[in-house]
Amino acid sequence: MRDVVVIGAGPAGLAAAVTAATAGLDVALVDAGRRPGGQYYRHHAAETGALHHGWDAFVRLRDALDRLTYLPGHRVWNVEDGFTVHALAGDRDERPVRIDARTVIVATGAHDRSLPFPGWDLPGVLTAGGAQALLKGDRVTAGERVVVAGTGPFLLPVATGLAGAGATVAGVFEGNRPYGFARRVAGHADKLREAVGYAALLVRYRIPYRTGHAVVAAHGDGRVEAVTVARLDRDGASVRERVIVCDTVAVGYGFTPQLEIPVQLGCATRMDADGSLVVVADAAQRTSVPGVYAAGETTGVGGAQLSLVEGELAGLAAAEALGGIAADPAGVRRLVARRRRLRAFAEAMHRAYPVHPGWMDRLRDDTIVCRCEEVTRGRIAEAAGLGATDPRSAKLLSRAGMGWCQGRVCGYATSWLAASACGRSPGPDDLLGTARRPIAQPVRLRDLADDAPVRPHEVAQDPPVRPRDGAGGRPVRPRDGTLRAGPEGAVRPRDGNHPINPA
Amino acid sequence: MSQIVFEGRPVPFEPGQSIGAALTAAGIRSWRTTRFGGRPRGLFCGIGVCFDCLITVNGRPSLRACMVEARPGDVVQGGGPDA
Amino acid sequence: MVVVGGGVVGAACAYYAARAGLTVTVIERGAVAGGTTGAGEGNLLVSDKEPGPELELALFSSARWTELAAEDGLGAAFEYETKGGLVVAETEEGAAGLEELAVRQRAAGVDAVAVPASGLPGYEPHLAPDLAGGMFYPQDAQVQPMLAAAHLLRASKAEVRTGVTVTGMLRSGDRVTGVRTDRGDLPAGAVVNAAGTWGGEVAALAGVTVPILPRRGFILVTEPLPSLIRHKVYAAEYVADVASDDEGLESSAVVEGTPSGTILIGASRERVGFDRTLSLPALRRLARQAIRLFPALADVAAIRAYCGFRPYCPDHLPVIGPDPRAEGLLHACGHEGAGIGLAAATGHLLAQSLTGARPDLDLGPFRPDRFPEQP
Ligand SMILES: Cc1cc2nc3c(=O)[nH]c(=O)nc-3n(C[C@H](O)[C@H](O)[C@H](O)COP(=O)(O)OP(=O)(O)OC[C@H]3O[C@@H](n4cnc5c(N)ncnc54)[C@H](O)[C@@H]3O)c2cc1C
Ligand SMILES: Cc1cc2nc3c(=O)[nH]c(=O)nc-3n(C[C@H](O)[C@H](O)[C@H](O)COP(=O)(O)OP(=O)(O)OC[C@H]3O[C@@H](n4cnc5c(N)ncnc54)[C@H](O)[C@@H]3O)c2cc1C
Ligand code: FES
Repeated sequence: MRDVVVIGAGPAGLAAAVTAATAGLDVALVDAGRRPGGQYYRHHAAETGALHHGWDAFVRLRDALDRLTYLPGHRVWNVEDGFTVHALAGDRDERPVRIDARTVIVATGAHDRSLPFPGWDLPGVLTAGGAQALLKGDRVTAGERVVVAGTGPFLLPVATGLAGAGATVAGVFEGNRPYGFARRVAGHADKLREAVGYAALLVRYRIPYRTGHAVVAAHGDGRVEAVTVARLDRDGASVRERVIVCDTVAVGYGFTPQLEIPVQLGCATRMDADGSLVVVADAAQRTSVPGVYAAGETTGVGGAQLSLVEGELAGLAAAEALGGIAADPAGVRRLVARRRRLRAFAEAMHRAYPVHPGWMDRLRDDTIVCRCEEVTRGRIAEAAGLGATDPRSAKLLSRAGMGWCQGRVCGYATSWLAASACGRSPGPDDLLGTARRPIAQPVRLRDLADDAPVRPHEVAQDPPVRPRDGAGGRPVRPRDGTLRAGPEGAVRPRDGNHPINPA
Repeated sequence: MSQIVFEGRPVPFEPGQSIGAALTAAGIRSWRTTRFGGRPRGLFCGIGVCFDCLITVNGRPSLRACMVEARPGDVVQGGGPDA
Repeated sequence: MVVVGGGVVGAACAYYAARAGLTVTVIERGAVAGGTTGAGEGNLLVSDKEPGPELELALFSSARWTELAAEDGLGAAFEYETKGGLVVAETEEGAAGLEELAVRQRAAGVDAVAVPASGLPGYEPHLAPDLAGGMFYPQDAQVQPMLAAAHLLRASKAEVRTGVTVTGMLRSGDRVTGVRTDRGDLPAGAVVNAAGTWGGEVAALAGVTVPILPRRGFILVTEPLPSLIRHKVYAAEYVADVASDDEGLESSAVVEGTPSGTILIGASRERVGFDRTLSLPALRRLARQAIRLFPALADVAAIRAYCGFRPYCPDHLPVIGPDPRAEGLLHACGHEGAGIGLAAATGHLLAQSLTGARPDLDLGPFRPDRFPEQP
């Protein structure tokens, strides 16, 4: 039985795991990815960090991984109360793994939020994050002539990254007109520096940036060959259209937090300002379920800096709860203040970059909404006509969301289509109805049938806190009395071995 | 440079790359078709969420091309068992 | 007439009542088929029933489903398929037990074809090679339950009010004269309690007891595959399991393919109240049993699991018919794990008793007041 298992090794999970381990807890960090870093710090096998903002912070965290058990390539498919984490390890020679822990920190991040439009399932249409992941993780540019579209500031690193890697970016089409937000950015030194940087890059690479525009259709035979871009009026209706030739479209309308684990565990959820379902977390990142913490995008989309801060706070809170290891109050205050600032900024961003419901009017009856089961908009309308008054029943009657991805991609769109057929917009219950995935990752029946054994190296070693002996990968015990974990480093160690896990 | 074999043809990859990235870099945009409409599918989300990119590697079906790291000599087909 | 509940049973009641000339309003607190009907599997089975009133009801229902499916477009709309069921035995004793049951079922009107071990691959090429034999039931059929409920409701032309909860009964003395809802009162000549697992609560609103309890079931769904399994296939122990009174976890997986290519493996049986938490032990058993029948499934991925709560009565029979304790109230609930299958007969018989016709089957075994009064 470990003290803590952290699920997700993005900024939030890394910060949480390293903080908790540095405080002396026995921590396992489980992540589906092949390399640590999650989305923001996704990197190539031979990465030097030249392309990354905040790479130093990542290197510090990565170098601290020897204080804990890091399990890359582990996809968690279920967490049982108590807690038992069930994962599948290895990418092709999959094997079941089980980890028992007293505490779970959920840091599973988010994925792109997608909206359907005619032609969006043509090969060459990718999510914005997908194009970014390909570039950062594999050094592959998604295409040669790329249109970037959707909404939110994230479109800027995607477009400039692609251009920097040699692609022609035919334009960035931002659905909103976020003028008010510019003032907000101007008041935030970090964000202003970033924005100015992107503006300069847009100019350098001659990338047209158009606000109030959307890609309303993709065209091509077997792959995307062009898109129709429309200027939108205030109501989100398209007023002028033109066709742009391209071989790739990177499109993203913000992000959807990945909540399968907290929903499995019964954690309370709510709807955030961006219309996403998120986990409710208190000041110490505790969810409504005792022993379960959440950090990063799972508690509300807010970007990597916020994820780092929340992760560190979650790690500190777990250390305090499990080991009575008190954090340095000044450090905690700094973190809490930073979280408040970053959350407020994120909320302003969500208000400036909403998803306008006008996208629904641009669907045709035969437009695919659910890519897996090939369910069209027409079939969802039919389900509504048969008495589906919420997304769950729309799914039952149309099969939208029943396929491989379990509604991750179409869940948002289906929720809106089902709710708006009844003249309303989706509420938290609607979103929850599409977010339940008791099996979070496909699991072979063979692996399901066997109760996976606890692998020897995952059995907690005791005692978990031991001063570093210089060579081995044991937890670090600082000399100066203050542990520096994440960016704000606020752990204060206790004297002697802490009382967790005596056996 | 190392190679995998996609439907009989060699495709190069850099160490550490996913099979999906290697295929995309080689200009291969789709590698399976859907069950009902026969619609082509390749990478979409890039991070293991959408399952558009399913492949069979060395006979093992239903893997996500964006999640599986290429290894020299991998024999890759598009799709899963239903393909 | 008012029907409380928009599941498959309520939909069938609405359909037959409307066809008999009644004006019907269906009140459903959630969405159509959002209750247990949205969590069931859609097997229309005769094979799993011992001779007795339930088997008679199932056979009668099977004939009604065939008629319904023949009505214009309905069969296709709810994916009616007469694929047949194959029950297999692992041991010689099991096979002998199957034959013994089949003899009695045949006497009750069931078609049952004995299949020797050597004949099993002809039915199911991917079955485990070491089974002792089986019994094929051509009458076992399949519908997609949610679509069945929705299309029966549509075909009934009944007024369907979703998102409306029945909160009480309108009374005139002991007589039930309509329902009280969170959106106002609705007078009616008759009220049908088709509230499934919640039928006991609705009955209580009229001051009568109908002891219905939830029996949880999980279903596993695999990734889509090319056609691998042709019939409904389950192990002989299933029959014993269905009739069991054991509280603990039981399961005997019925394995079958669906038109979308996925394979359904279900379902477990547990009495744990309304607890939705995933039970891995239940899923593990289903997985093991499915692999035992079809070894090739070991390498197939499960992508989804869901659960529902079967409405069951202490004697495992449904409650169908007028309630002598509250005139104007009729029940059509408590169908446990066979409510999809039994829905057509239930609707048909209920409509007959509503219109004063003599029901084609004796409703005696299903009487609402057959249970001893709770102290
Ligand atoms: C594809 C994509 C690319 C992005 N690129 C950028 C970018 O370049 N710049 C930027 O500022 N922002 C980017 N973002 C936004 C990103 O959400 C945040 O910047 C930041 O990475 C969030 O940190 P996090 O720790 O909360 O979550 P993430 O970084 O998303 O980390 C979550 C981790 O949890 C893992 N995980 C999820 N579910 C499971 C499971 N069931 N089992 C095991 N592991 C699991 C994931 O594999 C991932 O490694 C991107 C988002 C996406 C979806
Ligand atoms: C896992 C599982 C597998 C199954 N497999 C099969 C199978 O293969 N074959 C088969 O025949 N059966 C099967 N069943 C059983 C079958 O699903 C049920 O018997 C059947 O769905 C019951 O239908 P119903 O209409 O009575 O109930 P429901 O579908 O539950 O409908 C009752 C409705 O009443 C509504 N309601 C309740 N109270 C109120 C109120 N106060 N006001 C308004 N509305 C109200 C509810 O919201 C609900 O929608 C299975 C069940 C489970 C759980
Ligand atoms: S591209 Fe979405 S899962 Fe691989």
